[in-house]
Amino acid sequence: MSSTTVIALEDVRKIYPLLSGDVHALDGVSLTIEKGEFVAIMGPSGSGKSTLMNQIGCLDVPTSGTVRIEGQDIGTLSDHDLTALRRDSIGYIFQKFNLIPLLTAYENVEYPLVLRYRKYDDSGRVQALLDAVGIDAALAAHRPAELSGGQQQRVAVARALVNEPAILLCDEPTGNLDSKTSTQIMEMLATLNRQGRTVIMVTHDAATAEYADRTILIQDGRIA
Amino acid sequence: MKKPDIIFQLSMRSVRLNLLRSVLAALGIVIGVVAIASIGMISANMTLSVTEELSATANVLVVKPDSGGGGSFGMPGVGGSSDDEDDYISDDQFDDIRKAAGSSYVYYLYSESDSVETADSSGRTTIYAMDDEAMKEILTLTEGSFPSTTSQVVIGPDLVERYGVEIGSKIAIGDEDDENGQTTVRVTGILEERGMSMDISSDNAIIVTEKFFTGRYGGEDEYAQVNVVVDDIDEIDTVAESIDETLNRKDDEVRVEDSSRMLDTISSTLETITTFALAIAGISLLVAAVSIFNVMMMSVTERIREIGILRSIGTQKGEILRMFVYEAAIIGIVGAGIGAVLSLVIGYVIVFGMVGTTEYFFALDSLANVPEGMIVGALICIISGVYPAWRASKLDPIEALRAE
Ligand SMILES: Nc1ncnc2c1ncn2[C@@H]1O[C@H](COP(=O)(O)OP(=O)(O)OP(=O)(O)O)[C@@H](O)[C@H]1O
Ligand SMILES: [Mg+2]
Repeated sequence: MSSTTVIALEDVRKIYPLLSGDVHALDGVSLTIEKGEFVAIMGPSGSGKSTLMNQIGCLDVPTSGTVRIEGQDIGTLSDHDLTALRRDSIGYIFQKFNLIPLLTAYENVEYPLVLRYRKYDDSGRVQALLDAVGIDAALAAHRPAELSGGQQQRVAVARALVNEPAILLCDEPTGNLDSKTSTQIMEMLATLNRQGRTVIMVTHDAATAEYADRTILIQDGRIA
Repeated sequence: MKKPDIIFQLSMRSVRLNLLRSVLAALGIVIGVVAIASIGMISANMTLSVTEELSATANVLVVKPDSGGGGSFGMPGVGGSSDDEDDYISDDQFDDIRKAAGSSYVYYLYSESDSVETADSSGRTTIYAMDDEAMKEILTLTEGSFPSTTSQVVIGPDLVERYGVEIGSKIAIGDEDDENGQTTVRVTGILEERGMSMDISSDNAIIVTEKFFTGRYGGEDEYAQVNVVVDDIDEIDTVAESIDETLNRKDDEVRVEDSSRMLDTISSTLETITTFALAIAGISLLVAAVSIFNVMMMSVTERIREIGILRSIGTQKGEILRMFVYEAAIIGIVGAGIGAVLSLVIGYVIVFGMVGTTEYFFALDSLANVPEGMIVGALICIISGVYPAWRASKLDPIEALRAE
């Protein structure tokens, strides 16, 4: 393992025990991702891509095997530490945006920052990020329900970036966007990657995967 | 202006989003707080007013015949062989009490209950008699004068209203077919209100002359009770003991009581009633607790996905717990606050209606029931929110995110 490895998975298995039989969502996945890499993950529906992302994103712990984030075995961390890791080191852009419905776009972006530092931001950083993704102050005052899918996705990107995470996880970031907006979002991710962030992105679209340095193919819970 | 905690803001917005539901849940707390605060205030006001009324006679000892218990088997009223079985205080005993009481003012009372009839109305009341000198010493008139002949009486203020009489009115005492027959007397004076007191309940009594009383009911020199007005209230226990030692040396002839004993009895009765009433009011709080619990469970269930989002972007379990406890607390504190304001208004009206005076309403013992009720109400609300909040915090982020 080199000193620049940020993510290292070793024989990771995730089994969902169901009445109809165990589902092996991940069936012995080993992989390493270096700092500053842009990795695309592809594979058919149900192959285990989201499950893999959830392990890397510290949202889930594997049934067996180890997941190391920046050298730390997440299986040994408490729920409290895992939560702090999600808040401070990982930016997760979800397939379904997952914005907080009670908060405005601005507040959604501000939220992880306030959680982390326990005070409100007065540096203008939140609006600067929103401006960078093309959400002006007027639009930032809207609740998620009052925004279009593309606008929500941009807010989700800004939110994922607000705590300057070392790792950016994107689960089909352009899955339900038109091609123009998709291109804008992909350009944004590419820029962030050039600035030194590690980006891992799930996609179904080969053109989108072009942005990545490397593509990992998943099939039936294994790396093909 | 400093913005509140972001977790608290989320709670506030959730309450506002489900305003109707939250208001309905708070209503239960409002009712519960009003119930317990009002009951507490009624009880406190009654106790304060009784204490105040009795304190006017705190320096009085009441000596009554001890006709039962104490090892003597005599039936009261059935003439016994020895003095200690009498249900009256004899003139000799009265002299002994006078001697034992030192410089205190000592007087005797005759008392009977009899039927009375006036032009407008009829009923039963207590008839008291005492000697002329004691009457002038102990009783105060608001108008008129004390009786100078056997056919003249003074009456308590409550009777004025009840029987529709005034100075100069005639009152017929007794029944025609009664063994004592009916005697008509004339009202010459009306007494000042004394309120609750242990020595003489003169507010709803007729005071007659000693001569009239013994003439009608017999029993001369057989007193129903002897009152001892002690000069110095600090001496009251010494005087009581001295009377007890002098008269009860051989047998228990008399009982000596002061107002503190009556106060104890009344307080403990009030306490029992209050506890019972509070238990009933407690049921309303229990119902409120159930409705808060229900609302909080609904809020958690509706927001499972939101909880998943919050958790996935780094919200700690403890922060989720806090968010829902805050939500219950907001409902509880607002409900308890409204309840407090209402219980001041409603409590004032009820205290006036039931105690007859709001003189003590603003006393600490009375008003303290409002913050007490508030704290109990808000606490119950918060406690009801703890389990739903705990459930929310225990949700697995991934599972919660999958919820629709
Ligand atoms: N909570 C769960 N309980 C049971 N089975 C699950 C659960 N989560 C995922 N699975 C199963 O694990 C497998 C992998 O699911 P996953 O969501 O990782 O697929 P995916 O590659 O992301 O698919 P898609 O491209 O459709 O998003 C699927 O067969 C799915 O049914
Ligand atoms: Mg998926």
